[in-house]
Amino acid sequence: MQGASIAIEDLACRRGDRVLFRRLSLRLAAGEALHVTGANGVGKSSLLRIVAGLAPAFGGRVETSGTIGLVDERHALDPALPLGRALAFWRGLDGAGDHALERLGLPALLDVPVRYLSTGQKKRAALARLIGQNAAIWLLDEPLNGLDGDAAALAETLVAEHCAGGGIALIASHQPFALAHKRTLALGEHTT
Amino acid sequence: MSGRFAPLLKRDLARLLLSGRGGGAMMPVLFFLSVAMLYPFAVGPDVPLLARTGGGVIWVAALLAAILPLDRLVEPDIEAGMFDQWALRGISEEMVIAVRVLAHWLSFGPPLMLAALPAAALLGIAGRTLAIVELGLLAGTPGLAALGVTVAALTAGLRGGAALAGLLVIPLAVPVLIFGAGSLGTGGTSGLALTAAASLVLLAIAPFAGAAAVRTARG
Repeated sequence: MQGASIAIEDLACRRGDRVLFRRLSLRLAAGEALHVTGANGVGKSSLLRIVAGLAPAFGGRVETSGTIGLVDERHALDPALPLGRALAFWRGLDGAGDHALERLGLPALLDVPVRYLSTGQKKRAALARLIGQNAAIWLLDEPLNGLDGDAAALAETLVAEHCAGGGIALIASHQPFALAHKRTLALGEHTT
Repeated sequence: MSGRFAPLLKRDLARLLLSGRGGGAMMPVLFFLSVAMLYPFAVGPDVPLLARTGGGVIWVAALLAAILPLDRLVEPDIEAGMFDQWALRGISEEMVIAVRVLAHWLSFGPPLMLAALPAAALLGIAGRTLAIVELGLLAGTPGLAALGVTVAALTAGLRGGAALAGLLVIPLAVPVLIFGAGSLGTGGTSGLALTAAASLVLLAIAPFAGAAAVRTARG
């Protein structure tokens, strides 16, 4: 995870006919976390998808170094499969990493088909997938959605540990996200 | 790359062959057999007529059976964000689509070739004609699989995508159908060779066209 970085220069994002933001520049080095805040539709998710390389930038440049993991509202877990096998598929691709199943409270759910899981349980499963990927850069889109108080605190702890280990976290959320040493970017205020 | 090929193929086969609310691989086969069973009822017990037209019916039934699983070939994985996660891991859409073509073919090609045996018995086809039907299916079904996956990727995310996919596949499958069913009339290997050629063209295009479609649908 050493040497992970994100460099964004003069980035502009367009969705349909609207330019959501422009002239966005920021740098994140290993161990740093950035909380992107802002109203709905201001381009938080789009920013994450551009950083991930999944959506094209309208202008500007994004350079990342290090593997990227993404958790958004689509959990990439086969709905028909029991959770254990859905996670096993990703373990087959990512290698036998630690999924932190115990901490996320998932062992009891491994036999349950993913489509029967609640929103919060699916979110915890997606976090397990992310941890197993062992990526240097975490892109988290509304990571606390659907999580109860304990699980939300756990998610915050996991991100703190990830950054302490030299990882980078980019969190897009309109909710507060408790994290020491994090930076905050209010999207839509200085960038339009 | 081979370390990724195996898990992808295994997952695709499990989804297409075994599980799924669509009944897995059984649905196209049952559909195919029911067409072959209904045709003699519809045209009557005229044995020479059945034997002469039966090969063509098998081809049409095979084409329609290949359309059945189209809606669950690509769209569910885009919906679930699977393609996003693969892209983050450096697994290209081209590779995913190529693997899916293989899995789709395995899930309906060989089963249809097996089901063609009882279907041929129902239609009174035997001997050399049956051999040409089977060889034609072997040459043509890979192309139908490639076409199916490509069109499924193109129509993913569209409203009424499944119905549209069926309508798009039919005209594009005409070359395979003409050469495949046509080889029965000429009785030669040239028809089979042309079927295989049409198949290969579709197979060569599918990964790139399908991947481009997936990237567009992902937005």
